Amino acid sequence: MSSVAALPTQQEPPASKKKAKPSGGNLWRYIVVRFLLIFPTIFILVTMVFLLMRTIGDPITAALGGRLTPDQLQERIHSAGYDRPVIVQYFEYLGQVFTGNFGTAITDGQPVSEILVKYGAATLELAFYALIVAFIVGIPLGMVAAYFRDKAPDAFLRVFAILCYATPVFFAGLLLKLVFSVGLGWLPVAGRASTRTELDITSIDNPTGIYLIDAARVGPDALSDVLQHAILPGIALGLLTAGVFLRLVRTNVIGTLSMDYVDAARSRGVSEFRLVTKHAYKPALIPIITVIGLQIALLLGGAVLTESTFEWKGLGYELAQYLSARDFVAVQGIVALLAVIVALSNFIVDIIAAAIDPRVKY
Amino acid sequence: MTTTTPVPASSNKPRVPLWKRLPIVHQLRQSVGLQRGMLIAGLIIVGVFLLTALFAPLLAPYGFSQLSDENGNFGAQVPPGGNHILGTTVGGYDVLSRVLWGSQTALAVIVVAVILSIFAGVALGLISGYIGGWLDRVLVVVADAVYAFPTLLLAIVAAIAISGGQSNLWGGVFAAAISITVVFIPQYFRVIRAETVRIKAEAYVESAKVIGSSTPRIMVRHVLRNATRTLPLIFTLNASEAILTLAGLGFLGFGIEPSSAAEWGYDLNKSLSDVTSGIWWTSVFPGAAIVLVVMGITLVGESLNDLADPRLRTRRRSDGTPPLTATTTAVPGGDLDDAANISGLEARS
Repeated sequence: MSSVAALPTQQEPPASKKKAKPSGGNLWRYIVVRFLLIFPTIFILVTMVFLLMRTIGDPITAALGGRLTPDQLQERIHSAGYDRPVIVQYFEYLGQVFTGNFGTAITDGQPVSEILVKYGAATLELAFYALIVAFIVGIPLGMVAAYFRDKAPDAFLRVFAILCYATPVFFAGLLLKLVFSVGLGWLPVAGRASTRTELDITSIDNPTGIYLIDAARVGPDALSDVLQHAILPGIALGLLTAGVFLRLVRTNVIGTLSMDYVDAARSRGVSEFRLVTKHAYKPALIPIITVIGLQIALLLGGAVLTESTFEWKGLGYELAQYLSARDFVAVQGIVALLAVIVALSNFIVDIIAAAIDPRVKY
Repeated sequence: MTTTTPVPASSNKPRVPLWKRLPIVHQLRQSVGLQRGMLIAGLIIVGVFLLTALFAPLLAPYGFSQLSDENGNFGAQVPPGGNHILGTTVGGYDVLSRVLWGSQTALAVIVVAVILSIFAGVALGLISGYIGGWLDRVLVVVADAVYAFPTLLLAIVAAIAISGGQSNLWGGVFAAAISITVVFIPQYFRVIRAETVRIKAEAYVESAKVIGSSTPRIMVRHVLRNATRTLPLIFTLNASEAILTLAGLGFLGFGIEPSSAAEWGYDLNKSLSDVTSGIWWTSVFPGAAIVLVVMGITLVGESLNDLADPRLRTRRRSDGTPPLTATTTAVPGGDLDDAANISGLEARS
């Protein structure tokens, strides 16, 4: 089974040293093999989360410990099946996850899959805004830095990129709030929309949950309100990724600028500016596609913090709420769910990268 | 002048002294221009951070959990000035003291986390890469799965498992450090494994096998020694990520209780509600501390990375012999300083 031997390398992100083992085959075979690889990934993560969460004992005591009498507690534990052997619970849990049941929150009795439906759209929307900010800021600035390589603008931009990475999203959010909401009063402090707009949005038929789309259907006032609420969270989370993009574009443009075809263009008299903007940047964008796969994990982690900072009611905000309520069934469910999302999106990104980039070996 | 073959110490041919071959020193001597500027700036920030962490008890005007002095209670949310240069927090702590003491907590977590993950990650990577087979495949799949997962989420789960979410000083430091370790092991594992697989095929490993060296001896003496080349780089990257993860955990309420230690993320969490009412000093200073330290460590790491990446390397000094004739660096006087240091040390030795 030569394909199995090649599997581990396929999953490594291209940013790392890739020891491509060309095992022949075509794109379709790669897609199938890569798809099958999702299952062990999800299995490992779900198992790890389950085992870690069980080391502290049963979740009912953790959540309701001080509030119920020992007898009541025992009854709840028994009816939920937490007094059975861990191995039995584990297999039951695996079966549930496989059928899409991620458990039910102890504190408010909401099924985790319902939490996803209710709050997933908000997180998706925030990640979308963040990616837009990252593209708008990261890619042009990366090209500028490469163009001015080792000169003052380059130095400045590189420090800026490091600053983007070094600032925790919640601190960036706090600073943005201090300056633009509290200090200048230009933008709202928190939330996804003002109360009025939120009422309007919930009253329309078949709301998608994505406020950008829903508000566009309500009217221009609602849309501008939603966008105003989105600016600060989008920037706070987007800058984190923008720094990564900036560095990546800079490195890759510098790399392509020394390639033969760029030299050929240079010798034909193409200006240095045109070399960067026309010849060198397109090949430099390919690694970005693959890095987005890794960024999804970063964005989801960042979303937990950004959403808590801006009271943006998405999955991350809910997770933080359940964390402080010590509702570990809900936490386990949401984290397992996010593991599935990360694995799936990495799969999609890998396939796109393989389809676009002729250098990816599969 | 320099020779790469081992020379007996008593030989009068000068060998490159050990200190010049140390990771950071070596790169500092190798760097030029902008790169050198960034590296030096990073080293200065890291140095200040280390000194602050070590001497926090002397530098801080008050204790990290001190709420009152001989003049009575500090009071909550006192603006900067007077007895409290940076003001007080909503909980009535002195902001400056909390920021200074916080560096100690951060350093403790970095040290514990990095040591733990280096040992675990290096051992696993070495075994996995050298022995190979099914164990290697399983470990690679597990490491990849963990690597792809959001670090903060994993750290949260680990923190719950370790401390149940409540922590005292060392419990908290270890909980945070171990949670971060769980996240970092795959990174060390991948790098060391990749290096091990490469080195395994080298001729000197073959020779060692032929003369009958035992497997553990080959692994430690021949492979490990040559695989550690990239460690300083991951070390710096992980140290900065450790601070960010610790702050993230603190921000979500999984940090260390304020009565057991000062932690920047916790303070930022508590200042979240202050921001809306325009109270800036409770959030800006601990936040700035995080940014500064992470930036300093990252500057060092980035510079090391660039110096190791041939695509980004512009000019490079010759490694061994002091560049006596090189006077064309972009940093005026940079070479002179360097030459002075070298001659000074050579004279001593």
